[in-house]
Amino acid sequence: MSAITRDEVAHLARLSRLALTGDELDHYATQLDAIIEAVAKVAEVAAEDVPPSSHALPLTNVFRADEVRQSLTPEQALAGAPAVEDDRFRVPRILGEEA
Amino acid sequence: MSLIRKTAAELGSMIAAGEVSSVEVTEAHLDRMAEVEPKVQAFLHVDRETTIEQARAVDTRLRAGEKLGPLAGVPIAHKDIFTTRDMPTTAASKILEGWRPPYDATVTRRLREAGLVILGKTNLDEFAMGSSTENSAYHTTRNPWDLTKVPGGSSGGSSAAVASYEAPLSTGTDTGGSIRQPASVTGIVGMKPTYGGSSRYGLIAFASSLDTPGPFARTVLDAALLQEAFSGHDPMDSTSVDAPVPSVVEAARHADVAGMRIGVVKELAGDGYQPGVLARYHEAVQLLESLGAKVVEVSCPSFTTALYAYYLVAPSECSSNLARFDAMRYGLRVGDDGTRSAEEVMALTRAAGFGPEVKRRIMLGTYALSSGYYDAYYGQAQKVRTVISREFEAAYEQADVLVSPTTPTTAFAIGERVDDPMAMYLADLCTIPSNMAGNAAISVPCGLADEDGLPVGLQIMAPVLADDRCYRVGAAVEQALESRWGGPLLKEAPSL
Repeated sequence: MSAITRDEVAHLARLSRLALTGDELDHYATQLDAIIEAVAKVAEVAAEDVPPSSHALPLTNVFRADEVRQSLTPEQALAGAPAVEDDRFRVPRILGEEA
Repeated sequence: MSLIRKTAAELGSMIAAGEVSSVEVTEAHLDRMAEVEPKVQAFLHVDRETTIEQARAVDTRLRAGEKLGPLAGVPIAHKDIFTTRDMPTTAASKILEGWRPPYDATVTRRLREAGLVILGKTNLDEFAMGSSTENSAYHTTRNPWDLTKVPGGSSGGSSAAVASYEAPLSTGTDTGGSIRQPASVTGIVGMKPTYGGSSRYGLIAFASSLDTPGPFARTVLDAALLQEAFSGHDPMDSTSVDAPVPSVVEAARHADVAGMRIGVVKELAGDGYQPGVLARYHEAVQLLESLGAKVVEVSCPSFTTALYAYYLVAPSECSSNLARFDAMRYGLRVGDDGTRSAEEVMALTRAAGFGPEVKRRIMLGTYALSSGYYDAYYGQAQKVRTVISREFEAAYEQADVLVSPTTPTTAFAIGERVDDPMAMYLADLCTIPSNMAGNAAISVPCGLADEDGLPVGLQIMAPVLADDRCYRVGAAVEQALESRWGGPLLKEAPSL
């Protein structure tokens, strides 16, 4: 039995904002199935009573002083933008209908 | 001896003494690059004029009497995952093709302050995901020992540049072995500092709880000098360790292991390892014993599962980090024809801009984090992470450092593993535990495998913030082996 179906991969692609072709979905379904089967071996380590680590260092709530500092100019911030209009990032429509 | 064969420490001293200028040293390396780059292809971006300008500026600063560090004027190859204001930064991805960052990474800034001269940006697996540079969207870098083999990865451009004498030093990043594995398979030194010992600010993020910048060099001392130059607390990185940099340069000059306890990790050798790798590894352990170290065997049973936990943790963090490539503020935008929505443009752009391995990992991470699977996958992997750290702690009660081969095999052939992700992932089997626990670890050359004549690396692991121990043991191994070999291992490499 496979660990992951083609439909599930299509759902993951949608969640990941990746417009994949049908061939790509077939290909990734096979590969992800093999990878998930392998990584499932993490279950073999007895760790019921062990706390999880998200991080290797015992650091929490690191703050810096709240000081006004020089930041990027609008020109610098927009220099790499795919499209710019009136000193702003121009983006495709985000609502269903044109305003 | 020509300038390109000298160590970074030697070049720094010669420049400081006024025996040679930074411009002369830099030009010698740029000439070497012009000669061998068509074969090695270590770089993604080179700009001769900008580089010579940097060298000229350093010469001016030195002539004016400015006090710079021991590497002032020495050229360096810089991994194309650190942002650089005056050069493109792509992470070897099409989604960032031609991008010019508006700021320098902290590592970049510190290189410049120390007077290092950036020769160019080196190739890598896209977003540092891979073990061969075959996942670069631009080209595959070649191993200088055998041009049909991979130079390791993800920092394969950086390892190949140093191993082919295009640069005496280079930078890398190590998330699961991306410095140590390429150093091992190209016969040079590569160090993963303690997590948080070097800043991630301006390092394009792959897996934030694991990513660690570190040095490549041809000698242990050069690696220590470079680590010292760019390390230290950075308020711009909230996971940066606010503690003094371990005295790595002093340790690299103190090649003495007498009385030290060396822990041989039982689980990181045996079945599945190449016989020639194991032979050189066992000899290196014997060598340490002959130098007065006490060798003990330690057992860390979960290390064999670390690989699987890593391939849940790293893709999970990657799926979150790479969400920033949304086609809105910088980088590629595809399909914005006025009819499509932002979401459609985003999905088309990411499909066109990311390569197959990046897509695989984003989807794997999205899967591991999704409700219903979270506890079994990401949650369990985080617990395994705790178990790994505890096994390290127990082992360090018996030993000052732990050792293993750096990689289970020598350099593999280009194309051999590219369609088999799990086979590719196995290249990081020995290096991953140190990333999961945030420990320091170095790879130093320990000979050539009998079956293929390719380099083998010895991995030396040390506790958090005990980076100096890696350098001390590494320097002892280097000194003893070079006196046996009559020079560095790299003199055995074929001329390009």
